[in-house]
Amino acid sequence: MAEPMIRIQGLYKIFGAAGEAVLPMVRDGMGKQELLDTHGRVLGLRDINMSVPPRCIQVVMGLSGSGKSTLIRHINRLIAPTAGEILVDGTNVAGMDGVTLREFRRHRASMVFQRFALMPHRSVRDNVAYGLTVQGLQSTEVEKRASRWIERVGLEDFADRYPGELSGGMQQRVGLGRALATDPDILLMDEAFSALDPLIRYDMQNMLLDLQTELKKTIVFITHDLDEALRIGDNVAILRDGGMVQQGRPQDIVLTPADDYVADFVKDVNRGKLVRVESIMKPGTTCASAPAIPLGTRLERAALALSEAAAERGKVTDRDGTAIGIVSQLDLLDAMVRRRRPSP
Amino acid sequence: MAKNAWWIEFPAMERETLVALRKALDGAYREFSRSYGDVIEAVFEPLLHFLVGFEKLLLNAPWWSVLLAVCAFAYLASRSWKIVAGTIIAFLFIGYFGMWEDTMSTMSMIAVSTLLAIAFGVPVGILMARSNRTQTVVTPLLDVMQTMPAFVYLIPVVMLLGIGKVPGLLAVVIYAIPPVIRLTNLGIRLVDREVLEASDAFGASGWQRLVGVQIPLAFPTIMAGVNQTIMMALAMVVIASMIGVQGLGQPVLRSITNQYFTLGLLNGLAIVALAIVFDRVSQAYGKRLQLQYKQAHHG
Repeated sequence: MAEPMIRIQGLYKIFGAAGEAVLPMVRDGMGKQELLDTHGRVLGLRDINMSVPPRCIQVVMGLSGSGKSTLIRHINRLIAPTAGEILVDGTNVAGMDGVTLREFRRHRASMVFQRFALMPHRSVRDNVAYGLTVQGLQSTEVEKRASRWIERVGLEDFADRYPGELSGGMQQRVGLGRALATDPDILLMDEAFSALDPLIRYDMQNMLLDLQTELKKTIVFITHDLDEALRIGDNVAILRDGGMVQQGRPQDIVLTPADDYVADFVKDVNRGKLVRVESIMKPGTTCASAPAIPLGTRLERAALALSEAAAERGKVTDRDGTAIGIVSQLDLLDAMVRRRRPSP
Repeated sequence: MAKNAWWIEFPAMERETLVALRKALDGAYREFSRSYGDVIEAVFEPLLHFLVGFEKLLLNAPWWSVLLAVCAFAYLASRSWKIVAGTIIAFLFIGYFGMWEDTMSTMSMIAVSTLLAIAFGVPVGILMARSNRTQTVVTPLLDVMQTMPAFVYLIPVVMLLGIGKVPGLLAVVIYAIPPVIRLTNLGIRLVDREVLEASDAFGASGWQRLVGVQIPLAFPTIMAGVNQTIMMALAMVVIASMIGVQGLGQPVLRSITNQYFTLGLLNGLAIVALAIVFDRVSQAYGKRLQLQYKQAHHG
């Protein structure tokens, strides 16, 4: 496992004056409501530990008020932590001085916002170029790089328009272009697609996945939409009331929810389209004529293959065609439809 | 001693004490203006040169070239031929009734005092927007400046600098500066917090944020303040004529003392005409900007 790009350790955030004063009580387990009632402080985050491997999409999911937007703002310190460390490539963002922090924001991490946060007085071109202008680059260089990204997000015909003249989806493409133009290692996306219509959102997800296969950024993506989380996340973390509930690959979360909260969340997920056979296969062998199901096949596909072959069992094969396990119709059916309870 | 009990007549300060207090304050201020008057006058010397130079330029240029320049300015700011036509009519009326020279003096006064008000008002407004403490200190000062009868602050200005253009200019600026300050403050405070956060997230320094985001986005509001300032400066021109400011205020003052109704009315109308031109031009400019920015909030 590669060294994580972002490692968050023991992160606490308490809003309100002198949050440190009540920190010990929170460490001892005081809840969000109790803290508000007795001390008038708002608990933002409680003991967050998280590692984001490089070049992966880490989704952070939760309902409103769960602290997910607070968490992402700690990574570029738009919000300063009450306690804990945010290590990016081994450097603690929480401990940076003003100049270092600015350099970090200019070159290493950029952000895409839920409501776009474009500058209404700048054209699309100048919006995309904003980060480069802030870096103080020469105008010809700014122009060159900005043009490339305007083209990459498909807005070359709108470069001289103003954000107010564009639809929501196009505005967010400007936002994405602006974030990518500085060529950062880390892309922070705060509910970036939540304000868009479902169809546009789907397009934007595709665009992001396309860009990611090519660019290989480390992306932290905040969302409250489970389908979005499962679709684009390499890893998913679930927050609730400022605390971390579960982290793992999408299919792990769906198959083994950590508690009732997560179980409730994932109960309507179409597991047949999400989970791959290796998660449920069992050791063993079957007759040679059994249908072969390659590693990585989704459950729905596997079930179809078995029923087409009218076989009770299939063998799961690796890349060389060697059988490494078996999977039965019953297992497939069970994995797809049975209501999952949190594992004890 | 007790002619009246304290519950019948207000227990005011002794007459002698009050006189002594007034004398002491007046004396101190007179002493101050005697010893520093020259220095302060020297400080304002460049301003006087600028004002006189600008006035001479307007007065010596042929009338049609001034009219052309004003029209060009009006068009560039408003992009409206209707406003340009109105401007031409207003200036032809002024010239035909023999008020061209006074109008040029007034215009130079307005232009210089507006520039001064912007030069001081915008930075003060920015400081106010940056700190709530500054705002709580400056706001009551502005309230005093706006409600204090204009004649009252003519007195110390005249004591310090005598009568003439510069004291007149100062009086006009003091009277007219509050709207620029207030609306700069307001405009900057109203800038969308998310856009500011975005600018922070991309590593903008405080200065980059101010110049690149806050001022441009507050600009339509600041322009509304400038518009108000111009209007107030025009209103102050008549009062400032009492301390020797040339221009349309002088004939108005003369007509009050001599009961020349028509002279007063004509010059009053000339001030109104100028006011309408300035107002429409600066408002059209502000609106044009606002239209461009406003669209950003749909979508």
